[in-house]
This record gives sequence, C-alpha cells and structure tokens, in this order.
Amino acid sequence: MRPLTELETKTFFEKLAKYIGRNITHLIDRGDETYCFRLHRDRVYYVSESVMRKATSVGRDQLISLGICFGKFTKTGKFRMHVTCLDYIAQYAKHKVWIKPNGEMPFLYGNHVVKAHIGRVTEDTPEHQGVIVYSMTDVPLGFGVTARSTSDTRKMEPTAIVVFHQADIGEYLRQEDTLF
Amino acid sequence: MAGRSAPKKGANKAAPPAQTNNNKRKSNPSKEPSSKKAKTAPATTKVAAKGGKKLAKVAAPQDDSEDDDESWAYGAVSGSDDSDVEEMDDEFVSAEEGSDIEVGALNDDFLGDEFAGSDEESKGPGAAMFGSDDEDENEQGEEDNEEDIFASDSEEDSDEDDMEAKSRKLDAAAQAEAEEAEAEMQTNIMLESDKYVLPGEDHEILQSTDLQVVQARIQEIVRVLNNFREMREGNRSRNDYISQLLKDLCLYYGYNEYLMEKLFYIFPVSEAIEFFEANEVPRPVTIRTNTLKTRRRELAQALINRGVNLDPVGKWSKVGLQVFDSPVPIGATPEYLAGHYMLQAASSFLPVMALAPQEHERVLDMASAPGGKSTYIAALLKNTGMVFANDANKDRTKSLVANIHRLGVKNAVVCNYDGREFPGVIGGFDRVLLDAPCSGTGVISKDASVKTNKSEQDFQMLSQLQKQLILAAIDSVDAGSKTGGYIVYSTCSVTVDENEDVVNYALKKRPNVKLVSTGLDFGKEGFTRFREKVFHPSISLTRRYYPHMHNMDGFYVAKFKKVSNKIPKKEENVDLDEEEEFTPIVEESGKRNRGGKKRAAAAKAAEDVEQVGFNADEDEELIRASQAKLLQTQKGIKLRPKKNA
Repeated sequence: MRPLTELETKTFFEKLAKYIGRNITHLIDRGDETYCFRLHRDRVYYVSESVMRKATSVGRDQLISLGICFGKFTKTGKFRMHVTCLDYIAQYAKHKVWIKPNGEMPFLYGNHVVKAHIGRVTEDTPEHQGVIVYSMTDVPLGFGVTARSTSDTRKMEPTAIVVFHQADIGEYLRQEDTLF
Repeated sequence: MAGRSAPKKGANKAAPPAQTNNNKRKSNPSKEPSSKKAKTAPATTKVAAKGGKKLAKVAAPQDDSEDDDESWAYGAVSGSDDSDVEEMDDEFVSAEEGSDIEVGALNDDFLGDEFAGSDEESKGPGAAMFGSDDEDENEQGEEDNEEDIFASDSEEDSDEDDMEAKSRKLDAAAQAEAEEAEAEMQTNIMLESDKYVLPGEDHEILQSTDLQVVQARIQEIVRVLNNFREMREGNRSRNDYISQLLKDLCLYYGYNEYLMEKLFYIFPVSEAIEFFEANEVPRPVTIRTNTLKTRRRELAQALINRGVNLDPVGKWSKVGLQVFDSPVPIGATPEYLAGHYMLQAASSFLPVMALAPQEHERVLDMASAPGGKSTYIAALLKNTGMVFANDANKDRTKSLVANIHRLGVKNAVVCNYDGREFPGVIGGFDRVLLDAPCSGTGVISKDASVKTNKSEQDFQMLSQLQKQLILAAIDSVDAGSKTGGYIVYSTCSVTVDENEDVVNYALKKRPNVKLVSTGLDFGKEGFTRFREKVFHPSISLTRRYYPHMHNMDGFYVAKFKKVSNKIPKKEENVDLDEEEEFTPIVEESGKRNRGGKKRAAAAKAAEDVEQVGFNADEDEELIRASQAKLLQTQKGIKLRPKKNA
C-alpha cells in the first residue's frame, strides 16, 4: 500500500474526470474527514485516512482490500474503472442516462444500452462522454460511454446503441473471481 | 370369518406346539405379556405370521370374507380335497392369528429381546413356514416339500392337476395382476419376513429394510421413555431403550453414531426427535435490508413489485425479511446487485445484534467470510468508525470483498490472517465478533454432509481451535474503551463442546472477562451443567437457538465484557499448583513413614528418591552445552554469552 505516483495520479484522474469532471475535488477535499487514494497491488483504493493508518499494521500479503476500490492499473499503465466505485461516481456524476425497466436486465447482463431502452438522458451530453446508467427508480446500475451526443441520438433507430457498456453491478456476480 | 373358526380345532392338532400358544393369545388378546411364556409367544407367532400372512390368503377361498387374493390363492390350492384344504386352512389361520398378534406385540413389547429371542425360539416353526412359502410361490406345487405338513398337499396337487385347474390359475393370475397394489404390499411383507427369518440374521436387517417400522419403533420408544416408570417393560433399563433408539435414529435420519449421541443428549428425548425432524426441513429464506442504501419498507415494496412474496421476519428484527416464494432468483435481482439487501440466515443476525456496535467504534470480525455479519456491523456503524473483516481462507475473502463493496461499506479493511494471530496484528478494538468455525450441527438442514463426515477428532480439533480463537478475541479488545469492551462469541453449532465448554474455558483462562446479557430477548439459556460437566453459573446468560424451536438455524451466542486489560496471572498459579502437587506426594509418604514406623526407613526412602531424581545443576550445564552446539550449526542466530562461563 502506497500513495499514487505523479504519473499514476494523472492517468487515474484523467479517467475519473470523464465521469465526474471537476467534482474530483469533492472527493479529495471533504468536509467530514480526510480521504486519500492508496495503491495496493495495482488497485486504487479510496479510503479515509484514519482507516488507512490502522490498515498499515496489516502485512502487505495479508491485506486484501481497504475502503472502496476504484479500479486497477493495467499492465500497460492504463487505468480501468471498476464497478465498485459506482457509489462515489454516481454521487458526483455530471451526465446520466436512465433506462426503462425492460432495459435493466439486458444492461445488467453486460449488454450495451440501445435507444429503445432509454428512458431519460441528461441534456447536451456530448459524444464519448462517460455517463452513469440509472434505473428509472434512480438506482445506479453501472456506467458507460455515450456513442452519440444527445441531439444525435434523436435521429437514431430504436435498435442503435446509445451507451457503450463499461461496467454494471451484475459484475458482482459475473466477475466475482477476477474483480477482487 | 365364519369359515375359519370351524377348522380351528384341527389346527391345534396339526400345528406345532408353539402355535397353541398363539391360540391362547388370541383368546386372550390383552397385550401386556404377563408371564415369560406369554412374552416369548408373540415372537414365535410373528415369525409364523411372516410366512402366514400370504398363506392365510391361500386358505381364503373357503372364506367368503376374504377378498383380494382370493382368486390366485385359490389357484394355488385348487384341486386339493376338502380335508386338505381344511388342514391347510388351520395352519394358516393360526398363522394369521399370529400376524394379528404381531401387531399388538409391535405396539407394546416390540423392543429388544423379543426380537432377539424370537430368532432362536422360532427356528422350528419359522423354517416350516418358510418352506411353505416357497411352495406357494411356485404355485404349481409340483416341487416336493420337505416339510411334513405340506408335503401331502403338494403331492395331491400334482396328482389331480388338470386343464380346468390350469385355466383357473391363469384367470387367477390375471386378476392378481389387476390387484397389483395389494399384491405388491404382500410381496414386500414377504420379503421382509424372509430376511427376518434367515438364520444368523439380527433384527437389524429388519430395520434396514423398512424405515416405517423403524419410525414406528422410534415413536414407541419415545413414548416409553417419556413415561418410563409406568411404561417400561419388566426389568429393561433405560439404557437398553436408549441404545436401541440411538441405533434407530442413526438409521432413520442417517447420522453417524458419534454425532447422533452427541446431539441426542442435548435435548430431552421427544425434543431430540423434533430437532432431528427439523433438520430435514429447510429453513425459510431470509434477507437483511442494507440500511446503508435503503429502508426495509422501500425494499419490501420493490421486491413485491417483482412478485416476491415476503413478510417481516419477526418482531425481534427491524431489518429482516422472510421470503416465501419468488418468481425471480432472489440472489440476482437488480435490488440485490445494487446492494439493497443481503441473503442471510435469520440466525446470523443474532450475534451482531448481541454485539450492538455503536457509531465511531472500531470493530473486528475475526472469521467474517462471506461478510453477512461484517456488513451488518458496518450498517449499524453507519459507515463510521471502522470494521476489520478478517478471514483465514484467502479464497473466501473474494466473496467477502465483493459483498462489502456491493453493500457500500466504505470503512472496512479486509485481511487474511489466521484469527489466532490477532492481538499480534492489531489490537485495542472496541468490540470483537468471533463467529467461530464450527462443526455446523446447527445448519444440518443446509448442509447434510455434517451428519456423516464429523468424527470425534474433528470435534476435538474444532473445539481446540475455538478455544484459541476466543482467547485471541478477548485479548484483541481494549477494556478501556469508553463505549465498548465487548466480545461476542457465536457458533452455528448446538453441541456443548463448541459452546458452553469454550466459553467456560475462556472464563477460566481470562478472569478479566465476565459474561453479560446478550440483549436478545428470546432463545434458550445456555447450560450451566451438562452430563458430567459443570460450568460457571453465569453461562446461563448465553443463548441457544434451535431449528425446531425458533425456526432458524441452530445457533449459540455468548457476550463477554472485558473488565480490565490485565490478565491476572492465573497460568502461573496453575503451574505452581502442579508443582505443589508433586512435592506433597513425597512429603506425604515421608509423613506416613514418620507417623507410622521408623525414621530410618523414611530417611532411606528419601535417599532413594534422591538417587533416582535428577541433579538439576548438572543437567543445566549439559543442556546449555548441547543447545550451544545446536545453535552454532544454525545460521543467522546470535549466541548469547554464557552467564556463568
């Protein structure tokens, strides 16, 4: 467990900013408690400093996880967001997509979101923008990247993909072995 | 049965002596055997009945009242003249009487020796009936029978065999087939009886063939044991009944004998049966609302919208829901994936409720996978303070981490230590939950493999591990904590070895803890004494939960409060005691000698002791020398300078 290096922080924040933009500052400067990002075995954990300090007494091999895992660095040095960070990025999300009940299960099985399943979309979402996917009851289901801007979407066919799937909460079941 | 009563006299002539007994019995159907003779009677008759039950049907054509097997039986005896039939009939009547009596016998004095005794006593007539059985099954009756009674029958049968009889037999066979059910039942009884009579076979064979008989016997024994003074039979001891009952229970429920005995003595007899019965039935599926993300009413509404049929689990829990049936898999709904609830047995709410963590506390869950209890703790902490979730099994930590993330627990640290290392890794917790690894005798309904795969060795190993863990748990708590200083010990087992015994051990080894009330308003009190063991009286503050009583898994919860961080040096005292125990022996012997006879003898005895005993100084030097040698051969160990060299 160690703090992120300059380069790592840059890659990580760039990725994170795709979803929550400048709201990253809310993650770092919190009113209640100091939180920090820590790297442990390629994974980035977001954890309060008090918890982090206690966790330092756990050996490196024995420490499995602390706080919330945001994602991991791939071997090529890119950062990949995991669904586990959904709570935080849903809280600070800038662009959102709501899908209808009949589109919930297809998305939770790892499929892209087609236009027919879209219930609502945040206005003026640009193309290739990270978006959080919600159910109509405002339960965050996952996140993805828009295929088209909101205005372009209107002209598309109902079967066309609007949001490319990146992560969904179904992965808790589907990828329990590889995710953690 | 008008036809039967007439030829009875003849029967008495032809039947072997044992059967006179039967008739006596029939005339006096009071079922309690009064004399020794009468007691052996049901046994013999029963054997006769085994053969007889079918045979009786053979005789039936003479009777108007006999219905089902009439025709085929008729075929079997057809062609024989009246007198023969009569004789046979007699034989069979007495046999069937036997069968009637047998039922009575089974109800009242079926236990133990009658069965054993019956084997011996019945050999003569039993064999005879056996032979007759064979003949009947052959139907043609052309085989010669060695038995006197029937030999004549079969001969005459073959003599007078003609076409008409054959056709009648065919008809009979067809009809018999039509009445298959009845016939099948008959055959079953036949089989059973056959096995029973086989020489050298114990009555256990009988048990293995028919579970219904075993069950009936279990019920009867339980009835007797519940009112033992009045219902006991003769001079049979309680142990006789119980050993038979244990055997039957093992067979009926499929436990191994060791475990059966262990579980059986935990309960009163009839309750034990209820317990075993409850272990065959699955417990209701329960879920726990994750209060970090939703509320119970909202969750219930969301699930009801999906067509799930559910109800609150009970007044004792504000977060539990019981699921009766669901059209969708309850472990894969969007609500589940979003972490709104956790699939969790009702019993595993209890230790966390007993632990009652307060906000801003630091809590350790020593054996936490798959995280049901840890996440519940975090929910009660409302994501303040922190939760240390430890599990010794690295593979299981995956599901633990998954659940922690899914349920949105943000203050958890997951680590993979052996729980026994704990105060060494990090200590000073406000509260510790130890849901110890256990035999799982409380969750047999979930995992029936426990029934057979737990041996005495497993229990020893587990209770030793539990004792080590509970001490580690106690040592990990900070008694000075303002709000906490509590330890909760729980297992999903009902055996005393893993529960009261372990708690008692902890109280003995750590006098700085005391038991406090668990705060759970239901459940049975822990045992303060069990068979030969006597525990600390405060163990009555612990709680036991049973599947048959509370409709949740068998469970045990004990809550400790740590009073001080200093362990009074009890172990040293124990050592001293042991040393003292050694010395007085010598002293005593010396005293005896002194008081009794001569001082010289005492002195000599002391001298002997000295000669045999060790010379500590000499030994110490030798030991040190050899240790030094050993250490020199090992790498990386620094030698301490010798003290007196």
